Amino acid sequence: MSETVRKRGRTGYLLLIPGVLWLGLFFVIPLYSLVATSLFDPSGSDTVGYTMTYHWANYSHVISDYWQPLVRSLAYGALATLFCLILGYVLAYAIAFKAGRWKNLMLVLVIAPFFTSFLVRTLSWKLLLADDGIIVNTLQFVHILGADGRLLATPFAVIAGLTYNFLPFMVLPLYASIDKIDPRLIEASSDLYANPFVGFFKVTWPLSLPGVVSGTLLTFIPAVGDYINAELLGSPNQRMIGSVIQSLFTNANNYPAAGALSVILMLLIVVMVLFYVRRAGTEDLL
Amino acid sequence: MSTSTSTATGNRTVTYKQGSAAGRWLRGHLVLILGLIVLVYTFVPIFVVVLMSFNAPTSRLIYRFDGFTLHNWLNPCEAEGMCSALGTSIEIGLLATLGSTVLGTLIAFALVRHDFVGRSSMNLLIFLPMASPEIVMGSSLLALFVAAGRGGQLGFWTILIAHIMFCISFVVVTVRARLAGLDDNLEQAAMDLYATPQQTFWRVTFPLVFPGILGAALLSFSLSFDDFIVTNLNAGNTTTFPMFVWGVAQRGVPMQVNVVGTVMFLISVLIVVGGEVNSRRRQRALT
Repeated sequence: MSETVRKRGRTGYLLLIPGVLWLGLFFVIPLYSLVATSLFDPSGSDTVGYTMTYHWANYSHVISDYWQPLVRSLAYGALATLFCLILGYVLAYAIAFKAGRWKNLMLVLVIAPFFTSFLVRTLSWKLLLADDGIIVNTLQFVHILGADGRLLATPFAVIAGLTYNFLPFMVLPLYASIDKIDPRLIEASSDLYANPFVGFFKVTWPLSLPGVVSGTLLTFIPAVGDYINAELLGSPNQRMIGSVIQSLFTNANNYPAAGALSVILMLLIVVMVLFYVRRAGTEDLL
Repeated sequence: MSTSTSTATGNRTVTYKQGSAAGRWLRGHLVLILGLIVLVYTFVPIFVVVLMSFNAPTSRLIYRFDGFTLHNWLNPCEAEGMCSALGTSIEIGLLATLGSTVLGTLIAFALVRHDFVGRSSMNLLIFLPMASPEIVMGSSLLALFVAAGRGGQLGFWTILIAHIMFCISFVVVTVRARLAGLDDNLEQAAMDLYATPQQTFWRVTFPLVFPGILGAALLSFSLSFDDFIVTNLNAGNTTTFPMFVWGVAQRGVPMQVNVVGTVMFLISVLIVVGGEVNSRRRQRALT
């Protein structure tokens, strides 16, 4: 990107060392430690201590015990990402092409709500979706929802919460890549008798793909691992994988199972991301 | 979709033969209207937070608007444990911001300005923490702390270590973007005018990169302040603000939580608007 001639020599390494040490000590080594934990003898505990027995059965046990929350998390994450993509694309497109001199103001407005604490915002969704709340009453009034229908403690509420909370992660990369598109290309397509829809799918959409790819990744990955929305907005029998891992660690003190489940989640996400990035064909994610 | 009446570069009008004037206007502004609807949607919960901060609840367990009061704003610390949790969050947030901004900025400079062995694995090391689910990062750190026999000493310092760790990557990416977009000629010019490398750095490069560093610092603070998942796993008995909110979510939320939410919203708006005014002023000064 930059034309800068990169300097060789010691300084570069000196600049890198402190940060790399930190990431090495507190990101890479912990990952290793997590894999090790997942293979410990499950009969140990954090008071007695664990022994390394390469107990691979931990993996098959957690898969048979927890495949449901695992699949549920992936499905909720994928749906929330899809909704984020639709809503985020409309918003990013409107800001980039239609907002005119209000562009910067709209960008600020997109980010501003998200500086209010994640948990506080999710609690206010809980209030909005509550059984006697304004949304449920309205939907019941127009008979979209039955008289005893509800939103809170349903998958709908969880997915809506995820969509809401991760929307800016989608909008910002989308905006960055849509804003770079030369509007003359879209005009050219309409000069060549493409109708707006053809113009969109043949010009705008392909040119915005880098934003689509990084936006979907930035939304999907945290959404799958999140459990705040599921705990506050969902029902207790529809837990997501994050809350299973959390409670295995802190309540059940079952470190090997929690470790194995974390490793599985990480591997699943890595595989899906690699596959997706290859299909979408965008290598320069950063 | 390209029915707009004007675009950034050209002023070309696309007219449709069919349809009434109102229909045409609607079609031309459809995307903008839909975009505004999405924007309103993002503000609905904020509206609730602000409203509830003025709420006089009749019961702690029923979460609804019962009447207007300034009580929550005048007595924010009446909510038991909230202010100390808030203090912990601010303290950790500031220290994490300082640590991650320094470490991340150094890495960004090395990546853009210096050549070294292992550049691509370095990029991977920066990318991975951003691409890992928080629950995995949190549990792996916990696994390490337990393995190192420090499981019993979870608290302030382990939270701080974790926060600096996950903020570094975001700092690197933000500062690197600013640095890579910098016009090289300004530095060349300074050198041509006999500035020493130190003078060039402190008088030209650093001031130009500074907005990026500031942005990265703000991002770090908000990431740290808002984090729940990683913190909760590595906190021991220490309580941060998000952990406090999580704790009270089950047993009834004190309205003061909404005061904090409102203040956070106002501060962020002020910072962004302030930055915008500042950059407008600078642009006007240049022209």
